[in-house]
Formats: sequence, C-alpha cells, structure tokens
Amino acid sequence: MSALALVGATVRRGARAVLTRVSLAVEPGQVVGVVGPNGAGKTTLLRAALGLAHLSEGRAELAGREVSGLSDPERARLAAYLPQERHLGWNMTAWRIASLGAFDKPPALARERALAALARVGLADLADRGVLEMSGGERARVLLARLLVAEAPLLVADEPAAGLDPDAQLLALDLLREEAARGAAVVLTLHDLALAARTCDRVVVLAHGSVAADGPPVEALSSAILAQAFDLDGSWHETAAGPVLVSRRQRS
Amino acid sequence: MRPWALNLLLSLAVVALAAAGLLLGETPLSHAQLAQAFADPASGAHEVLFAIRLPRTAAALVVGAALGLAGAVMQGLLRNPLADPGVLGVSGGAGLGAALAISLGLVGSAGAIEGAALAAALAVGALLTWLAARFREPETLILFGVAFSAFLGALTSLVFNFSASPVTLAEVFAWLLGSVANRDWADIGRELPALIIGGGLCAYAARGLVMLTLGEEAAALSGLPMTRLRAAAVAGASLLTGASVAMAGIVGFVGLAAPHLVRAGAGGDPGRILVPSALAGAVLLAAADIAARLIPTDQELKLGVVTALFGAPLFALIAWRAARSWRG
Repeated sequence: MSALALVGATVRRGARAVLTRVSLAVEPGQVVGVVGPNGAGKTTLLRAALGLAHLSEGRAELAGREVSGLSDPERARLAAYLPQERHLGWNMTAWRIASLGAFDKPPALARERALAALARVGLADLADRGVLEMSGGERARVLLARLLVAEAPLLVADEPAAGLDPDAQLLALDLLREEAARGAAVVLTLHDLALAARTCDRVVVLAHGSVAADGPPVEALSSAILAQAFDLDGSWHETAAGPVLVSRRQRS
Repeated sequence: MRPWALNLLLSLAVVALAAAGLLLGETPLSHAQLAQAFADPASGAHEVLFAIRLPRTAAALVVGAALGLAGAVMQGLLRNPLADPGVLGVSGGAGLGAALAISLGLVGSAGAIEGAALAAALAVGALLTWLAARFREPETLILFGVAFSAFLGALTSLVFNFSASPVTLAEVFAWLLGSVANRDWADIGRELPALIIGGGLCAYAARGLVMLTLGEEAAALSGLPMTRLRAAAVAGASLLTGASVAMAGIVGFVGLAAPHLVRAGAGGDPGRILVPSALAGAVLLAAADIAARLIPTDQELKLGVVTALFGAPLFALIAWRAARSWRG
C-alpha cells in the first residue's frame, strides 16, 4: 500500500488553480524528490497530500486512508512534516524542540530520542542551547532532528537542504536516505537538481501546477524537460561521484 | 534558574506581599492594635485588617494572577511577545459592559456592573473562540482583535457621548481606571467560577502552546488536537481577563510584563511559563496596590494608573534586556 497517494488532486487559490489534477503515489522505502521552478506548486503538493490544503477535486490518502478522515493523532502517526517555514517562536532548548516530534511518548523516551536525533544531525554538543541563540543552519538541523524523532512511516520535508552548508546538505539528505533504508517513505522538495539526482530514487517535475515528468532522476530531468519546465539548456554527465548537471539559461 | 526554584521564589514573594498588604495602609496600626486585631474580633483593628485589607489584598493577588496567566497564554498562542490580555478586545468588551451598566443607573444593585462586564467579555471571548477554531494563523486573530478593540472602544465612547450626567461620566471613568479598593469576599466569590474554569482551560491548552513554538503548520500535523487546544486557550484567557476586569476594572501592563519577567527562568517554554507568570502577575499587582495605598495623594491613586506608571518603564527595561536574545 502506498504511504502517500494523490489522485487527480486540484487545489485552487481563489480562481487560480495552483495544482491541477496531480496524481502521485509514494511507496515505503522510496525517496521521491519533487522539483520545479519557483511557484510550480511544490509546497502546495506536499500540503495537499498531508491534508493542510483543501482539495477542490481529487483525493489525498495516507496509508490507503483518506487524509481528511484521519484524527490528529492518527495523521501524525502516519506522517511527519518539516515545513519550509523555519521561524521558531521562543528560545527553547534544542532537545526540547526536537522532542516535540514524539508527541505521544513519555517525556523520558522523547528526550532520549531527541538527544539521539541531535547526535545524528551533528548537534550533540548543542542539545542544551536555546534555539534562538543558534545560527540559521543549526536551527534548521534541530528541526530536521524533530522530523527524525517522530519515527513516522512517511517523512515529508519541504526544502530540507535550504540554508545548510554543503556538508550539512549532504548529511541531511543522507539521513533521509537512512530513514528510507529502515522502510520509511520520504518525499522532499529540492532546488538543487544535481542533489536531487544524487539523493532520490525518483524525481517528480512540477511545472505550472501539473506533473511534467515522473521517473528515475536522469530520465525525468531530460534535456527536453529541463528546457520545458526550467527554461534551461542542460545535459547530464556521469562522473565517479554520480551524475553532474551542466546547464545554462536558454537564450530567448 | 531551575523552574521549581523560580516558582518557589515567586511563591515566597506572594506570601511576603500578602503580609505587607495586611500590615500597610492609610491607617497605621501600632503593635498593640495589631495584637488586638487578632485577639478581639469586635475591635476596630480587626475590622480594618480582616474586612478591608484582607479581601482587598486577596483581590489584588487574584486579579494579578489571572492577568499574568492570561497574558502568558495570549503570548504563547499568538507567538508574539507584545500580546497581552487586552489585545483581542476582551478587556474592551468588559469596559463597554460596565460603562453601559453604569449609565443605565445600575450602580446601586450589587454585582450588576461586574455582571455586565463579565457578560460582555464572555460574548467577545465566545466570538474569538469561534474565530480561533476557524482560522489557523495568529495574524488573523490579531487583526480581528484590533478590529474588536477599536469598535468596542468606539461604542464605549458613544456611551460617554450620550451620557447626560457628569456624575455618570465620572463613575465610568473611575471604574475604567481600575481599583481593588473596597472589594469584599462576595466580589471575589462572584468571579471565582469564571477564574477556575479559565485557569483549567489554560492548563489544558499548555501543551498546544508549546507545540505552536514550531509554527502553525508543524503544530497542525504534530498529533495534538490543535483546533481544540487553540479554542481552549482563547476561551480560557478570555474568561480570566473578563473576570479580572469585572473585579478590578481595566489594569494594564501586568499581563504584558509578568510573562517577560519570568520567561528566561522558564527556559522560554510557553507551557512552563504559565505558573510563574500567574505568580509574577500576583506579585506585581499586589505591590502596585500597596504603592497606590501608600503614595500620599489627596485622592487615592487608581490601580490602573499605578501599573501603567511603573509598569511601562519597567517593561521598557525588560524589552531592552531581552532584545538581544530575541534577535538570535
């Protein structure tokens, strides 16, 4: 059974369709990257799948159950979400923030899991530091730790690499791949296409609210799609470290 | 400071201020009179201590605690350090209720003004609770609150506008300035149900406030019943604010400043801050009431005037010191 499924999903904002008849299924153990230019509907797709955006047509399902019919705890047990918005309200310690991922666990277990997740994101030494005293990148890693703490069967991460240095980007995506290796389904949005090709089993290209391509990264991101969806002249080159994208802006 | 140490310290301060509230006042009492007050229930000193100062001090502590708690809940709910119990228009509603009751000539009937204030506050609170369940973003709630406050303020001005008698005007004004003078146990008892239910709702909402630190979207998917918890926070803070305005008029700055005084000690946690905020509110208001009694003026200073007079500079000082940690 798919961990996440959208069937003919359409989302409108006023008269404008932000997402048009999008269908997508993500299986356990898979890492699926959603890419597309700014305003293509990537965040809306994630929000629609999680029941945060109202569907004017179509269905959204988590583990085979219609998302709008799930209770709050049921939904949280099926999916954990890292939103793009990284503003934190108050100066709580890193481990307290991370422990919020385990809402239904006893405090001692939540703390234990939070400390383990902070160690995985490389912040073991900063567990007791206030999050507003951290750098933006450190704060983003604390929030990634909160996502991991949930140990959910589906992880949905909106721009998990945003604001991270190159090493931390690779670390974050490797951690998400580890989660997929333990059986979780992972859906993430990315702007770096080479990073998407390196990380994802499958890439979904969104353009103007519709799926332009869906498949293995280098196939989904073919020269034709790069031109159509991103206005890029681009081609892939195999190297020992994985595929590398060489691209330049199309002349108009 | 550990949270328990902070609560202990604040509790000691509450006890000390309660004692000071009993012993200090316009009528100085000698040691002999104090001894007499405890020994002889028929003495004048007993009357001063137990029928005047004790309920007044209790009212100050209760109102301060309610405002401190309501302020902490509002700041947590709206993720905004500038929020206070009045920000959503609940105090404005209570003020309008009281102004209407006074101008309708209900001053004589016991509890009529307080009842009207509480009823109006609850009506605004009910509307806000419904809005909080419908709209997830704190900005939306703040905008509605600003609209309510302005509209209710305009209605209160309208009451002034049409009020024929200057005596009525003076009474409304005096009431709006806030005071706990001449409060008796019946005044406190009347508001107790609202205070207890409000406090209970705030305690229930605490874990939702903690989750809101992550933002609305992350909280919505956190597994907690956020719609219900947000509604409970609004309803609880409205009940507390309405009951305290009904008991003491409009007293500013306590609800705004109390959470800031204890935020660092509570580790920034918007759930753990609730109890220390209530205690700090009680301390602030009891101290302000003692100051109102002791500062020698022809007319006794009104509580709302004292809290704003001392509270605003104190608040500026806190803001100055906190600015560094907010910037992050």
